[in-house]
Amino acid sequence: MSVDPHLSGLPGRIVHDVVVPARAPWLHHVDAGQTLRIVDLEGNQAVDFLLYAAADDAERYSAQDTIAAQGNLFLRQGTVLRSNEGRAMMTITASAIAYHDTIGGACSCESNTLRYGHHTKAQHACVENFLEANLLEGRGKRDIVSNINFFMNVPVEPDGALGIVDGMSAPGLTVDLRAEMDVIVVVSNCPQINNPCNGFDPTPVRMIVAA
Amino acid sequence: MSTALANPHAARDHARAMAGTVVDAMPVLPPRADDLPPSVDPADLVWEETIAAGGYATRRLARGTRLRLIDVHGDACAAMLVFNADMPTERLNVADTVKVQWNAYLGAGKLLLSDMGRVLMSIVADDAQTHDTFCGPSTAASNAARYGDGANSGTYPNARDRFLLGVAKHGLGRRDVHPCVTLFKGTRIEADGAVTPQVGPFAAGRHVELRAEMNVIVVLANCPHVLDPRPSWSVTPLRATAWRGAIAGQDDPIRTATPEGARAFANVDDYFRF
Repeated sequence: MSVDPHLSGLPGRIVHDVVVPARAPWLHHVDAGQTLRIVDLEGNQAVDFLLYAAADDAERYSAQDTIAAQGNLFLRQGTVLRSNEGRAMMTITASAIAYHDTIGGACSCESNTLRYGHHTKAQHACVENFLEANLLEGRGKRDIVSNINFFMNVPVEPDGALGIVDGMSAPGLTVDLRAEMDVIVVVSNCPQINNPCNGFDPTPVRMIVAA
Repeated sequence: MSTALANPHAARDHARAMAGTVVDAMPVLPPRADDLPPSVDPADLVWEETIAAGGYATRRLARGTRLRLIDVHGDACAAMLVFNADMPTERLNVADTVKVQWNAYLGAGKLLLSDMGRVLMSIVADDAQTHDTFCGPSTAASNAARYGDGANSGTYPNARDRFLLGVAKHGLGRRDVHPCVTLFKGTRIEADGAVTPQVGPFAAGRHVELRAEMNVIVVLANCPHVLDPRPSWSVTPLRATAWRGAIAGQDDPIRTATPEGARAFANVDDYFRF
């Protein structure tokens, strides 16, 4: 029997296992205590990520509360993802790369016009995915806040210069998140093709939930 | 309880006797300011208010309006939300603000960008240079942890709960309190991602002047920065003054400073082309 390397070390039985196609959204409810593993199947694929409390979706992931609570911009193994109420939503229990981004936000058709020019307006973007997924559950534009970008690298230089640079990921690398409350995970498998966040070639990712 | 106010007439007289009371933190109606720039006609003044330590204020400002914020005593902390007043689902996006401008730090010439690829406000002058886009407002939880309490009804209010009251007065709610910027209290980012707060206290009278590039609602909360390390809840009043002004011209130096910014202004022009 062959062993699936992407399942290695996951606690508990697998309750959900899906490949999210390149450029697509994904929404899933993860219960407290379950672990979500994100697998960057082909490497250098940014996974844009939002969280909502299942019991009250006006409580949601807050990049600013997360940064303030840990006094650091980067999301690493051990980082607690906090809500706008200051509560723990998920914890990064393992990460195959040194850190992940939460200051770079999500690409949108509108911001693409600023960053690259109006010729990119018609290209698919993460905010389109976030909206499409959230609309299924009655959330909308007011619910889109600063997100996490797993496997994306946004360094800040001493003079404040920042930007999305080449990623640190590689095929098969993973990040594990343990839910500290019942959460709704909304993901955009980033379709951006104008910067290095996806190696200029969006690829699929795998989402595995262990209970 | 006073028996002297036992009937409505006495209560009315007591209330009316308060008229004309002046305190440090209050709005001035009609607005009056004796320190406007020489080029500003006093008739164009639209807002003059000193926001208390721990207080908040909201205001709708028309496109072109200048908003001058003054850190009166050197220890103000202006956490700020910005909405498109005509369509408040459009609001400040701090991630796009730093990403599109390729820089983490706010200062003169920088834009506050919306989530719709438009510039809501620009910073036309800034002699403070200690601002924060990363840490957000203090919260009930952070104030409770540091000061033992953070309630609006208590002695140590927090910025997020001030925001909630502020947005509610424009018909908005919890979903509308978006990631904010903080003016006058800053952060610097170290090579390893560590956040170093810059909380002063600073010299009295530092100021930031912004220009509304769209019709906006601003919500200001003046509470200690979430990473202020001082054990005591420390903040001093914040003064807001606003006056009518011209919208950014096609040759405006802030509009033309960068290609990304020029396209943000072009998107604003397009929004008003109807």
